[in-house]
Amino acid sequence: MMLEQDTGLSLAIAQIVQRLKGSSLHSQLERQARGSLHKPEIKLESLKEDIKEFLKTSGWEKRLQNAVYSELNVFPSPCHPAAPPEHIKEPLVYMRKAQGSWEKRILKSLNSMCTELSIPLARKRPIGEQKELLNKWNEMGTDEPDLTLFRPVYAPKDFLEVLMNLRNPNYENGDQPSFRNHLGLIQVPLKVKDIPELKDYFSELGLNTGQLGIDDSTQVPPELFENEHVRVGQTVLTEQDSAAAQQYVRQGCPTALRAELWALILNISNQPEDILYYEQLKSSVIQHDLLVDSLIYKDVKLTASNDDYYFVFEDYLYQVLLCFSRDTSVLEHFSYNSATPPKSYIRGKLGMEEYAVFYPPNGVIPFHGFSMYVAPLCFLYHEPSKLYQIFREMYVRFFFRLHSISSHPSGIVSLCLLFETLLQTHLPQLFYHLREIGAQPLRISFKWMVRAFSGYLATDQLLLLWDRILGYNSLEILAVLAAAVFAFRAVNLMEVTSLAAAEAVLADLSTLKVMPLLQIFLFATVT
Amino acid sequence: MAKNKNAGHKGSYGYQKLKEREPRACIRFKCALTNTILDILRRRPGWVEVKEEGEWDFYWCDVSWLRENFDHTYMDEHVRICHFRNHYELTRKNYIVKNLKRFRKQIEREAGKLEATKCDFFPKTFEMPSEYHLFVEEFRKNPGITWIMKPVARSQGRGIFLFRKLKDVIDWRKDGVRTDDQKDETQVENYVAQCYIENPYLIGGRKFDLRVYVLVMSYIPLKAWLYRDGFARFSNTRFTLSSIDDHYVHLTNVAVQKTAPDYDPEKGCKWMIQRFRQYLTAKHGAEVVETLFAEMDNIFIKSLQSVQKVIISDKHCFELYGYDILIDQDLKPWLLEVNASPSLTASSQEDYELKCHLLKDTLHIVDMEGRLTGKEKRIGGFDLMWNDGPVSRAEGNVDTPENGSFMANTHLGYNNDRKKQLKQLFKPLHTQQKV
Repeated sequence: MMLEQDTGLSLAIAQIVQRLKGSSLHSQLERQARGSLHKPEIKLESLKEDIKEFLKTSGWEKRLQNAVYSELNVFPSPCHPAAPPEHIKEPLVYMRKAQGSWEKRILKSLNSMCTELSIPLARKRPIGEQKELLNKWNEMGTDEPDLTLFRPVYAPKDFLEVLMNLRNPNYENGDQPSFRNHLGLIQVPLKVKDIPELKDYFSELGLNTGQLGIDDSTQVPPELFENEHVRVGQTVLTEQDSAAAQQYVRQGCPTALRAELWALILNISNQPEDILYYEQLKSSVIQHDLLVDSLIYKDVKLTASNDDYYFVFEDYLYQVLLCFSRDTSVLEHFSYNSATPPKSYIRGKLGMEEYAVFYPPNGVIPFHGFSMYVAPLCFLYHEPSKLYQIFREMYVRFFFRLHSISSHPSGIVSLCLLFETLLQTHLPQLFYHLREIGAQPLRISFKWMVRAFSGYLATDQLLLLWDRILGYNSLEILAVLAAAVFAFRAVNLMEVTSLAAAEAVLADLSTLKVMPLLQIFLFATVT
Repeated sequence: MAKNKNAGHKGSYGYQKLKEREPRACIRFKCALTNTILDILRRRPGWVEVKEEGEWDFYWCDVSWLRENFDHTYMDEHVRICHFRNHYELTRKNYIVKNLKRFRKQIEREAGKLEATKCDFFPKTFEMPSEYHLFVEEFRKNPGITWIMKPVARSQGRGIFLFRKLKDVIDWRKDGVRTDDQKDETQVENYVAQCYIENPYLIGGRKFDLRVYVLVMSYIPLKAWLYRDGFARFSNTRFTLSSIDDHYVHLTNVAVQKTAPDYDPEKGCKWMIQRFRQYLTAKHGAEVVETLFAEMDNIFIKSLQSVQKVIISDKHCFELYGYDILIDQDLKPWLLEVNASPSLTASSQEDYELKCHLLKDTLHIVDMEGRLTGKEKRIGGFDLMWNDGPVSRAEGNVDTPENGSFMANTHLGYNNDRKKQLKQLFKPLHTQQKV
């Protein structure tokens, strides 16, 4: 046993070292170490220890710790040295196959739109157009291109249909569907947590622990919790400790500290090279026009621009999303994403690998509602390059799981199953009633989860929810919240007699308070 | 109903009130408007609408009725009306300038130059044509800044234009051309020239102003309430000084926005003030935001104090003001104007709810039903901001601003849990009455 653990650990260490080698942090550390040689406290006899001590006191060790912590959070632990790369993307074959066919469908849809409209996937902008775009960079929202012929490549409900049809060929569920079987839309046997396990997992959300979103309301005197919590938050920021920050935000971030805390957890420091990288992306937007850009425009106009709170940030959304499409560093995340970036071939060279490019360059095809992942971040970050980096990191850590088919506990399939299981186990009467009237609960809650509730909750509530996503490094809370919302409106839902009526009961979530709902559902309901 | 009264006495508050103002069996009201306020009045339990010539206990009138009828209308003790006779001292652009200038001088004499700077929240304004020469002098001292010409009495953004060159003003004077619906105007209209704030705080590249509601129950003594909700109104287009002629950019009034070519009524370019406050806190930190909101409190109070002595403080009158505030890039708030008849038409569902709650709480404070003790510091979404002196958040009567830990009883942009508060407020009073 011990031997396996050791090999697992040394493998992990080796992988992390491999990834950090050659990073800018690595060169900075080397430079710092070399520079320290002039210092009097560094003695030749105890060179190694002295340099280590120096790095510790100057805060560089902490930065290295944060980088390692970040790697551990993002990349999956290596399972076996002989595991093939597909296995790391997605261990279950049938899931991989399903994702593959879904991707084929999306691509077909994109290609047919392309041929119908006779628009190239990419083209170089003439100089005049480049100049014009550069001038308008900060107000691209004022542009009104004709987007009537474009349609989103897919919408969440199309994706739901695919997930409903997922089946594990190795699993034979001989029983007829009955009350004792799973009655929901998702019919694959993935392991999801039950309430006792969730209580344990989300223990910091318990009734005896202070929470922002509950214990900072006007009736509660701030001395009881809020003041101390803010003080601790400021200490965490001074220490610049990622791991501590991640633990801290489980109880919520004070509004004034949230931007910095999230940046610390995501290990974003907005160095000059990061700003430079963003500027390079911006110039590639100026130089080339991509078909995907029109899809982005359309999505922003349809969703964020029509939102009462996010319409103000329209211009920022273009500045982030257009650059995002061209960012090839995003391709790295496909090593642990079950999805594979679509490939396109230079005209006339179909099938020849030397002439293959990823399209779009970042491999991510936006769908209807995609821009809502960025919109809430505009409340926190105002400098385009920082906003961009935060979004990119959030995407490659969390959001990608919401629209790719995988068995990961935070993947959308598991979230759907978790939601349905929670509802069926704890509100069986409600579940049965809704199913009988043709209103499968997942049909309503799916869109909430795919968007991580962005655009459905009030912004301050949404940010409190995303605090916990970062704190627990998991999206499972989305499924728990969805179930908690149904539990909250159960009385009204029991009286409806159609899917439309059920949708109406759950149409407006903007008045909901997220933390009390979660607490009641997890900790105050008799199981 | 008989003659006019010009009351200068203090209204009596305290326990006597319950006896003096017996809860009436039914309250007869008249309403000159047909929007949200009418809905609220009709739905209020025990309130009955009266027809044209009937006697009334409460009148939500418009200012023209007031101008023509107030002086020869007798009102019983208990009768209430929603405007002060000469509210224009506060709301007309030329009068408020005069009153503020005079008030500022008074403060400078009494408390010194530093204290007087607390009145510097109104952009430099000159009445036209009477102060034309003073204006020209100021204009020449600061070449290149932009000025805005506004008619004193019109609202909703009509008749306003921006200029940078004196030539534009001279031309305008010569032409005698006043824009649009002007043909029947017999009197010469007064204008003011005001320094245009060129560095407004922008969100998403857009300019906005804040609409805040202040309810004044009396001027002598000054008793004013501040509503927790309000909103930020955004311009539909991006801010740039290069397009002075673009009316739509510079005037963020919803009324003008509605006529802009790309206005989408479904969009509603408003943010609730809570969202605005959170946005600023996330960007600048809590302390900075506290300071900004404290400066806004200062604007409300000083502006009311400046007209305290000129407004006829009739005890029948109360008034709900809509304050328009502009924030500049240094996070300094500026008073743009005060509206005595803030728009009560709703532009969206959320807006409708805000206005319903605002008006309901206004009527609670007017208290025709005689339910309150007069000692309340909070009613629904309103917080008592000034009661012949600053009001502190602390319980009890420790209301000294000298005290370092004084916290004003204002909660603009805070959570408005009015339903709960009203329930708690009226339950004990209700049982008390039964006894």
